[in-house]
Amino acid sequence: MTDDYDGPILEIESLSISFFTRLREIPAVMDFSVKVMPGEAVGLVGESGCGKSTVALGVMQDLGKNGRVVGGSIKFKGRDLNTMSQEELRQIRGSEIAMIYQEPMASLNPAMKIGRQLMEVPMIHRGSSEKEAYDRALQVVTDVKLPDPKRILDAYPHQLSGGQQQRIVIAMALMAEPSLLILDEPTTALDVTVEAAVVELVKELGKKYGTSMLFISHNLGLVLETCDRLCVMYSGEAVETGSIKDVFDEMQHPYTQALFRSIPLPGADKNARPLRAIPGNFPLPHERPPGCNFGPRCDYFEAGRCDATDIRMAEVPGNDRHRTRCLRFQEIDWQAPMEAGDTTLKSEPGRVVLKMDNLKKYYEVAANALFGKRGDTKVVKANETLSFEARESETLAIVGESGCGKSTFAKVLMGLETATDGQILLDNRNIESTPIEARDTQTIADVQMVFQNPFDTLNPSMTVGRQIIRALEVFGIGTNDAERRERMLQLLDLVKLPRAFADRMPRQLSGGQKQRVGIARAFAGNARIVVADEPVSALDVSVQAAVTDLLMEIQREQKTTLLFISHDLSIVRYLSDRVMVMYLGHVVELGTTDQVFAPPYHPYTEALLSAVPIADTRVTKKHIVLEGDIPSAMNPPSGCPFQTRCRWKSQVPGGLCEKDVPPVRQLGDGHQVKCHLSDEQLASMEPVIQIAAE
Amino acid sequence: MILTGLCLTFLVFTLTNLYPNLEKLAKTQGNFRMSDAEVTSYLEKNGYLQPMFVKYGEWLGVLPSYRHENADGTIQGRCIRPGTSPEEAPNFCGILQGNWGFSTVFKDEVGSIISTRLGLTGKLMFWVMVVMVPSALILGVLAGMREGSKTDRGLSTIAITTTATPEYVSGVILIAIFASSAAGLKWFKGTATSAMESANFENFALPVITIALYGMGYIARMTRASMAEVMTAQYIRTARLKGVSFPNIVMKHALRNALIAPFTVIMLQFPWLLNGVVIVETLFNYKGFGWTLVQAAGNNDIELLLGVSVVSVFVVLITQLISDIGYVYLNPRISVS
Amino acid sequence: MEPLNWFEIITRVFIQFIPVWVALVVVFTLSMVYKRRLGLYGKLFDSTIGMIGFALVMFWVFTGIFGAMDLIITHDPLSQVSGMKNKAPGTPLAGAEEGYYPYYLFGGDNLARDVFSRMVKGAWVVVQIAPMATVFAFMVGITLGLPAGYYGGKLDTFLSFLANLILAFPVILLFYLLVTPEIVDTGIPNYMAMVLFIFPIIFVGVLLNSRYRTQPKVRTPMLIVVLGIMGWLYLSLISQPGTALKLLPDAVDLFNLQGGILVVFVSVVFVNSPTVFRIVRGLTMDIKTRDYVAAAQTRGERPWYIMLWEILPNARGPLIVDFCLRIGYTTILLGTLGFFGLGLPPESPDWGTTINDGRRLLQVYLHPAIVPAVALLSMVLGLNLLADGLREESLRD
Repeated sequence: MTDDYDGPILEIESLSISFFTRLREIPAVMDFSVKVMPGEAVGLVGESGCGKSTVALGVMQDLGKNGRVVGGSIKFKGRDLNTMSQEELRQIRGSEIAMIYQEPMASLNPAMKIGRQLMEVPMIHRGSSEKEAYDRALQVVTDVKLPDPKRILDAYPHQLSGGQQQRIVIAMALMAEPSLLILDEPTTALDVTVEAAVVELVKELGKKYGTSMLFISHNLGLVLETCDRLCVMYSGEAVETGSIKDVFDEMQHPYTQALFRSIPLPGADKNARPLRAIPGNFPLPHERPPGCNFGPRCDYFEAGRCDATDIRMAEVPGNDRHRTRCLRFQEIDWQAPMEAGDTTLKSEPGRVVLKMDNLKKYYEVAANALFGKRGDTKVVKANETLSFEARESETLAIVGESGCGKSTFAKVLMGLETATDGQILLDNRNIESTPIEARDTQTIADVQMVFQNPFDTLNPSMTVGRQIIRALEVFGIGTNDAERRERMLQLLDLVKLPRAFADRMPRQLSGGQKQRVGIARAFAGNARIVVADEPVSALDVSVQAAVTDLLMEIQREQKTTLLFISHDLSIVRYLSDRVMVMYLGHVVELGTTDQVFAPPYHPYTEALLSAVPIADTRVTKKHIVLEGDIPSAMNPPSGCPFQTRCRWKSQVPGGLCEKDVPPVRQLGDGHQVKCHLSDEQLASMEPVIQIAAE
Repeated sequence: MILTGLCLTFLVFTLTNLYPNLEKLAKTQGNFRMSDAEVTSYLEKNGYLQPMFVKYGEWLGVLPSYRHENADGTIQGRCIRPGTSPEEAPNFCGILQGNWGFSTVFKDEVGSIISTRLGLTGKLMFWVMVVMVPSALILGVLAGMREGSKTDRGLSTIAITTTATPEYVSGVILIAIFASSAAGLKWFKGTATSAMESANFENFALPVITIALYGMGYIARMTRASMAEVMTAQYIRTARLKGVSFPNIVMKHALRNALIAPFTVIMLQFPWLLNGVVIVETLFNYKGFGWTLVQAAGNNDIELLLGVSVVSVFVVLITQLISDIGYVYLNPRISVS
Repeated sequence: MEPLNWFEIITRVFIQFIPVWVALVVVFTLSMVYKRRLGLYGKLFDSTIGMIGFALVMFWVFTGIFGAMDLIITHDPLSQVSGMKNKAPGTPLAGAEEGYYPYYLFGGDNLARDVFSRMVKGAWVVVQIAPMATVFAFMVGITLGLPAGYYGGKLDTFLSFLANLILAFPVILLFYLLVTPEIVDTGIPNYMAMVLFIFPIIFVGVLLNSRYRTQPKVRTPMLIVVLGIMGWLYLSLISQPGTALKLLPDAVDLFNLQGGILVVFVSVVFVNSPTVFRIVRGLTMDIKTRDYVAAAQTRGERPWYIMLWEILPNARGPLIVDFCLRIGYTTILLGTLGFFGLGLPPESPDWGTTINDGRRLLQVYLHPAIVPAVALLSMVLGLNLLADGLREESLRD
């Protein structure tokens, strides 16, 4: 087409998009401008509901029945997409602009072979023959580093793993060598180590094909790793745009600053340097305040000025195309150190409350789903020899990706499943083989759980208060309804929710508020051990900090033992005292936070550390990309569970890794590692994360 | 499946062989003023007083058949036909041996009655399927293609109306409009009796349409729902943003995925279709399988009713099997695992 | 007198229905005014389709109720007036006495009875039986479907097998087998009633027990009172003088269903419950993976509490929709039964029976069959539209 075009690939000029419902018009994006130059990668960052995905769909002109562009222009290579006919758009989609989506499984047609889905693109846009299209598909699949491309082209999507599917989606986007690639949260559904590999691939291919990218993410760290420029969005507006370096190091908007202060960067510490959550809530689209949308939550808010009129973007002098939507940006002292929050003393762990000793949990699964009645069963080792202790008011983090057995472990501890072997000692009483029905009320009340998904954790058809009261009833607290109601209100106070929430239905609450109710419910019976299963991973960044701090605060007050299950190493580093790293049912490393986050590492911990994106320009990371996907727990590799992806494997003589499960090695001070590497090799490891001196 | 079949036939067997039924049978076969003792002796003679399981086994053909020695020394039994001697007669004669028994109403072998009647109903069902399935699918796909559009609203209303119209209502209305002398159109015939020998448009259209209408609405709604769901799926958006044109999206990407659910529905419709067949055959006086069922049940013709039940149960079970196989075939997620 | 023309017939029918119109207007005004406070029911009034459906359904409900109170009908549905056999709609009554309505608005049937009054009375049969039978079918389906979906395993295999067994049975055959007089004589339907009708008691008993398990002081008296009353009703319902089940002396036997109704009722419940079972089972299997179920488990709730208080309320959307559809389906089934002359007495004014009576002379006289046919059609259509409206509105939030 217009190959000699050398202006910006994409130029969005004061774009406004609205959705129309029966009741009202809901503006989703307002006055949004961004420019993507050839070969440039621009990140679009913001919390859920800020309109970043709507921008992407606006570019694709695919807003559905209710959405409409109500103002501004979207120019692609100088041509306005808003005024194009359906036929022209169809020409551009797929060939000039391609898109990669959040959920790879959902975006591939389940009833069509991969090869067909890929070949379709050149056949539509270039009129290629089947043969040409097939060759092209083969080449692209090789490019995205999938093993055995021919077999993959002949497979159906469900036969591939999540990581492989996402690579196919990327391959599909690249089939016609588009000039612009839009990635909408492309890695959110993937495990951290797989995510790192996919991000690496995208970067590499972007360079290879010279594609411009619009990268949409909620993760600042990921944007730092992939993009040249970024645009921060808040409540439908761009609040700050500029190059990565300018925005990260010389931010000029209070929201950006607040965002950075609420994410756990290396150096944050729950006691000495706690995070600062952004106060208040994200405004709903029809409840936006006048003037600055961020005004009500802003530390620098000046009444009568910030809420007077709509605020335009302003150029930050001295920087390259750095703009901010703040009236006061030149008055604010951006370098001023964060007001130290309430620092607290590190609480000392008390006596041992919970002890696991060689805990094992095996499942028997029918080997063949269709003819499973023949007695062909396979044993899935969900947990293999788990041993650790947890003390009073200690936070023990359990880290691992999908299939590592952390959920199974939680189930066994809660009594929803019984252990196959080994012991769980709660106050020196064995509870490993007591199912929950047989546990006494006190034991049940002592061990409680906070769940991951805030939208799922509360019963949607019962009021918040009723759900907490029910927990109180079951735990036998309070003698009559009035007492229990009083106690329920106190619990709402504890989790800092207004008492009026007692009579609300869960659907009237935001995600963070629901999670608080979940916490209140878990502490209803004065729980001494709380298992928090990724309690904040589904929440927005700014809310995460608040919920995390709440958990820490209650823990400090009540001397609770917190078992914090997570895959997010940043938050683990921030709040935990000790860390346990799991892989395919095995504990591969266990130690205090400092021990685990510093060498010597277990090779898996090393890779995990390297994979986690960190939103700090001062941090340099060693680059370790793991090959392949996590093996299925149904069919684990022989010997060491990690040997299929381990980069150190060649250094262990005699193929020991493939033969034997490594022994647990004590490295002193309670630091233990399950690895065949010799002491010298372990000692030679270098730190993965280094923070440049300030 | 075989277990289901056995259970069901046993159930039918038990229900039809309950004592009041047998008593009535004895009285219709003998005379209505039989005393209780005569009834008992009649039943005794014909082996009806054995335990239920034994009778069932005999009927099935896995137990040797009952024989009774009459006072005059002749031996009579289920397997012994008039004209054959007891020695030549086989020991087993249940349905497994192809002996379905003898109908008291039609005075004929149950096997031959069922096969001719089934043939007639087969003809009816064939045309019903020919009319119903394509029109239902087209209706559903067209409506589900663009959910919420005018086409969708219109077609959905039609579909809902036809599902709300059971055969005995639509049949009556259709006859009233198209066949009665009162309305005066007289395009079609109000009975299908002549269609048994030579079916033509005039005498066969109304019964076929009547059955097809009811099923059609249901399948069309299923297809619509399934199609509408598929059309909102992510992979359809992928295809759209890949630049696939709308007709191609529908044909290549949506159709196969959208047909998985309705296919099962069509197959599971069979028990209901049988219902419709019975009603329509009665309404239009078409002497097929459903009509036979009514006659058998209405006249306490135990052997015929049993035969009819067995056949209908197996038709249903076979369609379920086909639906399972077809589901696996249509849905690659299952077939390859 | 001259026969009425069509316009006059419509006007007079309209006038006859005045109580129904008044009731409809009242219901709609109240609902529209308070629709924001009425939850899902209120939302129904946002959808045109749902409103039309609701209006149709309520029209027949009110017709049934007022008909039963002898408000709408013009003649006794069973009385025959000589000279009115198969007369066209609007025919004046020959030699009408003082105090009688002077016309057969929708004509006379082949036994010279008033088609209009029979149609109105027929509505009462449907309005009585169909929703009740559906409620019982839901009780059975829910009480069995919840544990099947929740526990899975052998229990599920067994119950699903039973359900499939009944589902694989052609409905019409089942009716013929169950409803024939010989089988009724053996008492099988009564025994089935005994089994099927016990489910509501189990359901309510478990529901209350699981909720108040932690407060025995409240629970025990409440259970005794509720179960006592329900048990009495249950015994009265199933014990029928003159049948195999005569459990209660007449003095405490509250009511007896008229012959045939019980049988029809039982068979309709029996046919409907497996489908409900399958729906509930599927929904349960879906909902039991939610975190709030896990939360209930981890605080040591008993399985029945989880099933009835955590899972069931959240499955209510699809169940309500299915409930409406199923009432429609039950209406059709009742019509089918009537059509084959099964169960209900032959002079019964219900629509199925009337259609069957009317169809014999359909080639010549349309009105005796068409009137009930249209009535049934509109009622079922209303229920379907209502279900559609509910589905649409419940998906919206």
